[in-house]
Amino acid sequence: MSLHSTTPQFKDNAHHALHDAQLQKALGNVRNNFVERRASAAARLPEFDALRDSARAIKDHVLAHLDLYLERYEAQVVAQGGKVHFARSAQEACDEIVAICKAHGAKSVTKGKSMVSEEIGLNAAIEAAGMEAVETDLGEYIIQLRGETPSHIIAPAVHLNKEQVEEDFRRVHTHLPIDRDLTQPETLLSEARGILRAKFLGADIGITGANFLVAETGSSIIVTNEGNGDLTQILPRVHIVVASLEKIVPTLDDAAQIMRVLARSATGQDMTVYSTISTGPRRPGDVDGPEHYHVVLVDNGRSRMIGSEFEEMLRCIRCGACMNHCPVYHAVGGHAYGWVYPGPMGAVLTPSLIGVEEGGQLPNASTFCGRCESVCPVHIPLPKLMRHWREREFERHLNPALQRYGLRLWAFIARHELVYRLLTAIAMPILAWLGRKSGRFSHLPLAGGWTQYRDMPAPQGKTFQEQWRAKGGRCS
Amino acid sequence: MSARDEILATIRQALHQGDDATRRAAVEARLRNTPRGIVPARGQGDRGQQVATFVDEAQRVQASVTQVATAQDIPAEIARYLRSQNLPLTARMGSDPRLSALDWSAAQLEITQGRSNGDDLNGISHAFAGIAETGTVCLLSGAANPTTLNFLPDNHIVVLNQSDLVGDLESAWSRLRQLYGKGQLPRTVNLISGPSRSADIEQQLLLGAHGPRRLHIVLVTD
Amino acid sequence: MDQSPVRALNFSHGSVMTETPPSFVPPPDEAANRPGPETRPVFCAIAWLAQAGQSGPCFTGGYALPASKPRVGLLVTCLVDLFRPSIGFAAVHLLEEAGCEVIVPAQTCCGQPAYNSGDRADAKSLALQVMQSFASCDYVVAPSGSCGGMLAKHYPDLFADEPDLHATAIAFGAKCHELVSFLTDVMKITRVDAHYPHTVTYHDSCSGLRELGIEAQPRQLLNSVQGLTLVELAQADVCCGFGGTFAVKYGEISDAIVTHKVAQASQAQAEVLLAGDLGCLMNMAGKLARQGSAMEVRHIAEVLAGMTQAPAIAAAPERAR
Repeated sequence: MSLHSTTPQFKDNAHHALHDAQLQKALGNVRNNFVERRASAAARLPEFDALRDSARAIKDHVLAHLDLYLERYEAQVVAQGGKVHFARSAQEACDEIVAICKAHGAKSVTKGKSMVSEEIGLNAAIEAAGMEAVETDLGEYIIQLRGETPSHIIAPAVHLNKEQVEEDFRRVHTHLPIDRDLTQPETLLSEARGILRAKFLGADIGITGANFLVAETGSSIIVTNEGNGDLTQILPRVHIVVASLEKIVPTLDDAAQIMRVLARSATGQDMTVYSTISTGPRRPGDVDGPEHYHVVLVDNGRSRMIGSEFEEMLRCIRCGACMNHCPVYHAVGGHAYGWVYPGPMGAVLTPSLIGVEEGGQLPNASTFCGRCESVCPVHIPLPKLMRHWREREFERHLNPALQRYGLRLWAFIARHELVYRLLTAIAMPILAWLGRKSGRFSHLPLAGGWTQYRDMPAPQGKTFQEQWRAKGGRCS
Repeated sequence: MSARDEILATIRQALHQGDDATRRAAVEARLRNTPRGIVPARGQGDRGQQVATFVDEAQRVQASVTQVATAQDIPAEIARYLRSQNLPLTARMGSDPRLSALDWSAAQLEITQGRSNGDDLNGISHAFAGIAETGTVCLLSGAANPTTLNFLPDNHIVVLNQSDLVGDLESAWSRLRQLYGKGQLPRTVNLISGPSRSADIEQQLLLGAHGPRRLHIVLVTD
Repeated sequence: MDQSPVRALNFSHGSVMTETPPSFVPPPDEAANRPGPETRPVFCAIAWLAQAGQSGPCFTGGYALPASKPRVGLLVTCLVDLFRPSIGFAAVHLLEEAGCEVIVPAQTCCGQPAYNSGDRADAKSLALQVMQSFASCDYVVAPSGSCGGMLAKHYPDLFADEPDLHATAIAFGAKCHELVSFLTDVMKITRVDAHYPHTVTYHDSCSGLRELGIEAQPRQLLNSVQGLTLVELAQADVCCGFGGTFAVKYGEISDAIVTHKVAQASQAQAEVLLAGDLGCLMNMAGKLARQGSAMEVRHIAEVLAGMTQAPAIAAAPERAR
């Protein structure tokens, strides 16, 4: 059921994205807003950097004891009257969830925003089983109407403008008056609120993701701003949590540490509006809340990452700061990445989960500028992990032959100083002479990737080392 | 092998720890001792400072806050608030004795009790705690304060006793552990910081996405 | 930028001033490993301290030479070697003015292209070659944050699985620096004697900024250049889109990023765009040239050294400023 990827066509996807004027305008919002908001939230909390270190330490501790915490977490969920289902693959996870829905005779399922549900292709599975799946996060709802995937892990519809949303609402909400005003974000939101309120109240099953699974209490924690995750889980009879294994934290105190860096890194809020701790089904005497509580724990390739050079990626808390600060994401947006997770975290995670043969473009499409790592709340060395993927590709001869031979030729020259000296002593003066008039080249053989877009500066003439030797090692 | 056992076995093999006893001890110790991490200084200080921080932070996230001297003043304050927002003097609340004990009719408020089914304009809840650090109110599920009241009404009014105000999340956890016992929690713990919002359309921040459009906090000096 | 005249030193060429003499202590491993009876840097530092102790508040006069000059190996970088030797000579000038003895061991490439392309084997052999060539230097200095970062931060990573070489690479990395930060942080230079009556803006190249923490240093030295006005570039910390082979492999994306960068440079209302890495400079200069912009692009070392005779990057000879 796992989502089909267009990752191998990354370059084509990027080309289309770069020529999509509307998308380019929308991406300007990411470039400016998210960056400024995070910076001011971080500046307002003197302990921010210490909390990042703390969050990293908690995640590392969990990964080193993951089997034990999973067992404790499971035992606590059961003790509180819930059930835990482990799923090795996307297919298994979907099967488990569909089976729970069917067992409760469900017709309608509401969903809070969950990236892992995108990863396993859950909506398609629920619909294939004859049930309705309704995304309730405003952004997710909009892209569901459009048949799209999220273009950002925390702002799924960031690639759209309000005119596009209006068009979709008019296309789908045909029972509403044609002459209604949908020109403003306020009126669009109001319409979605009305439509989705009815869905919340009529749902049989509510599915949410989890930002944290707490071993101490067997709780799941979600953070949302809209409140849709709450309406999803407190109104239907059944609450299903779908979460990946690495969401475990030992205690509520540990969750608090990470919550303090999560919202600040994501949206620049000190705290997300609704942080909700859910533990088991409703208790005797409760007048609301779900009667049944299930957790589906998804592996889907993550257990294999433990102990590998990509283990650090499992610290990721899905805040989106890396893509908010990424010049490549700013240029091409999220859909170009071709699978579920875009930006730097996606460039590392995608090959881990769908294979480097399929996802290998992504770790290459980075300038290694390091801005992602510098803002990562859990200090994931994203450029280093992308480089590891390039190493795996190089070892397995997966990168293009021309690039490979070019690199090896340069390395050969560089390893033989005399060859380097001889070749460059001939080549550079010739190039300098050819470019003497304008000081640059507008075309150069074998450098089309460069000169198609910008000029190549001409060299000055003799190499530095040649001149240095000629001057007897002195500086003029 | 079941999915569960296979996943756990894969992880164990990857961690290839010969010394499982040490790892088990580390896990047990952490769950038993629940060590506190870094707690921001912002929420600390004496009661007066914490109140000031709480009010500032709550207002920063678009909640409104008023302070009243005693619990008896709550109905009049809520009536004043509803009038100021041009809202009818009706509200729904749970069975919390701290709220039931008050004389609502004196303030001309028409109160109904029970969970919300989506047709209430105003909901009133009593908070379990307030968290100064982020201007957050903490509410617990149960018949006293049904969770549906936190999300379905358009306007959510939360009563918070000043004596329930703590500096930080960790202090709220401590109070929860005291009340429910270690490892135990009510079905739902809601930490609410301001009214519902969304910025999903063109990054423009709008209040009242799916939950309440307004959050009004009545802080009781008690 | 106010300098205490008592603490300011005037070295032989009279053009570089420092707050304190270059109290020079090489990395400990290096001092211990260096054979032979030649000047031992660690002794120099001790001798200088002793001398300072004897003469009380020393350096009352204007002219005092340090007891020994640190021996600095210039890793000129292959791009500078091949495309813009004038940056190399500017670097030599700045280092000599700061009181260093500059040597230029035979060199080719630091191995970064191989390293970043996943070719660890070639990257390792090039790293070994560099470590060998520069073994006798007290410091290795590169007019590039990217190559400086490669030596200082990534060589140790390359040999992480080989304990002996790992230790060597760490020790080697500890003596490697980017040029401008070496001048300010190690040689304690606070101002340069250069004249450049132009409005300039400065782009923070990524590796220098984020791997080596180079941010205040170039601004400090630029502000000491007579006649120079430094205006800040909006989002100066955002990548220019060069990224080594990225610029060719993903030319179209690289172009989108550099287009945004040069648009901001143009908005900064500066005559000259400066940076500390030739790769980024060639990218930005190439884009500006393609757009027909009159903005000049130069390496910061040329301006700090007062050596701006050569035409700007990608500029025709007559456009020299």
